[in-house]
Amino acid sequence: MRTLFYKNKPSIIMTSTVAGPKESEGSLGKFYDVKLSDDKYGEKSFEKAESKMLYTAIDNCINKSKKDISKIDSIISGDLLDQITSSTFAVRNFNTGFLGVYNACASFCESLSIGATMIDGGYMQNVICATSSHFSSAERQYRFPLELGSTRPPLAQWTVTGAGACMLSNSKSNPKIVCSTVGKIVDFGVTDANDMGAAMAPAGAETISTHFKETGLKPNDYDLIVSGDLGTFGSRILKDLLYEKGFDIEKQHVDCGELIYNISESEYQGGSGAGCSSLVFCSYLFDKLKKKELKRILLVATGALLSSTSSMQGESIPGIAHAVSVEC
Amino acid sequence: MKTKNQYINNNYLNYVKSVAPKTNEVRSLLRAFWVGGFICCLGQFFRIIIENNFELPPDMTAGYVSMIMIFLGSFLTGLGVYDRIGKYAGGGSIVPITGFANSVVSPAIEFKTEGYIYGVASKMFTIAGPIIVYGVASSVLVGLIYYIYYLVV
Amino acid sequence: MNLFLTFLKTFAVGGLICVIAQLLINYTKITSARILVSFLLAGVFLQAIGVYQYVVDFAGSGATVPIIGFGYLLAKGAMEGAKEGLFGAITGGITSAGIGITSAIIFGYVFALIFKSKSKKN
Repeated sequence: MRTLFYKNKPSIIMTSTVAGPKESEGSLGKFYDVKLSDDKYGEKSFEKAESKMLYTAIDNCINKSKKDISKIDSIISGDLLDQITSSTFAVRNFNTGFLGVYNACASFCESLSIGATMIDGGYMQNVICATSSHFSSAERQYRFPLELGSTRPPLAQWTVTGAGACMLSNSKSNPKIVCSTVGKIVDFGVTDANDMGAAMAPAGAETISTHFKETGLKPNDYDLIVSGDLGTFGSRILKDLLYEKGFDIEKQHVDCGELIYNISESEYQGGSGAGCSSLVFCSYLFDKLKKKELKRILLVATGALLSSTSSMQGESIPGIAHAVSVEC
Repeated sequence: MKTKNQYINNNYLNYVKSVAPKTNEVRSLLRAFWVGGFICCLGQFFRIIIENNFELPPDMTAGYVSMIMIFLGSFLTGLGVYDRIGKYAGGGSIVPITGFANSVVSPAIEFKTEGYIYGVASKMFTIAGPIIVYGVASSVLVGLIYYIYYLVV
Repeated sequence: MNLFLTFLKTFAVGGLICVIAQLLINYTKITSARILVSFLLAGVFLQAIGVYQYVVDFAGSGATVPIIGFGYLLAKGAMEGAKEGLFGAITGGITSAGIGITSAIIFGYVFALIFKSKSKKN
């Protein structure tokens, strides 16, 4: 069994988001708490800016919940940079426990399921789950210098500049996490680092079908099935693969990467990055769940597990996806 | 442990290929053509100016022209304009010597945050390094071949 | 009229070389560093077999401004150097290409001092 059923149903009590300038202009702009006009956030480097964004999101989340830091048992956080430094440098400011997670863009769902498990087991009372990503720092690490005049291939995605944090708690309130499905690494041999959608979609399909099989639920039981950052093309592959396995999610499926920008030619496939699913979930989706406009959603964040070294060595790109089921 | 090849799922890869969106072929070629041609004409323009005003041997004229072009490429990179031209023109802005300048200056600016030794100076050659290495190596090879040729003939 | 013809030739040849690069990008997903290296080597080779000089005579800057012209310059320098002896054969290439490399390094460094990296919005 890869699906964890939570008996005590940990609740999500507070969220907070920080969004970059481009994201703030996007279709979900009005849902973000902090909108930046400068994506360096007054810092000297993009890496420092990303860390500050994550810090701000976590700090706002704690302040809004009116809980003292001593009540927060742990912060579970991840990002895309080498040795997840954005997270570690952000969390060093808080006097509490830290668990660093890395599953590329699937980190947010990973942190949610770890946090929920901690609370469900009664080991912790309040946990903060957060992730961030930054277009410029990711671009520097994985691809080319920003000023290099290279073309963006049509399959390329745009790394989201943003951070999202949410607080899980054992207080019985809505919305709450019902169950989560741990992902499996799936590799179909995609090697094109620009085609992340195709690399991650099989993992997404695997996790979603396992989730349905193990829970006995059907696509119709969910109001929304939200994939993390597959992009337009990856979403199509996901739907095709699931259809082959006998699950038709055409009606329920949305993709955070597709939602986040006003899709235009320059972003091609939509957003990606660890901050993509956390930004959308902690703003728009949380809002809808809180207002009970959505009853039950399945958040499936997908991640491409590559590094700049592995792709230079010609390795294929393994994908992973974790699913978290949230109800209100 | 399985190797990479054992993971390759050809059915899937072919399927992905068949549904993948394509680049707009004709448009990208036209853009590359006119931007590339325009940059070359700019070079020709400077060349004619130098030829008409200074009496220099042709090699030196060509040298100064490439210097001016490299200056322009670097300057536009610094202003953050060249990457936009690159996005529009693709090959049209990569292949001219201005693109070479862009590939030197862009990492230099970008890695300034890592300092002037390990950042600017060392990262400057991440893209241009191979060009210089292969350029020098192949020119030495050509030189040696011709040297032997002249010895024999 | 003569001037117009010169520019037309420059435009056509320069543009065509860039179109070849664009074709490579569209069909092979090649990165810009690889394109630059292969075009440079193509220039060295074409000059070494004595072809590229004709293109340069025909199109002027249309043939020398693309990176392929840089390769032409390297090969030409080496070939001329080889006439003077072994030392010339070894140093000839980089001597004639020296101005390009030097100005790229100098301008690169100077502009890195002046400008800061900017994020893209699209």
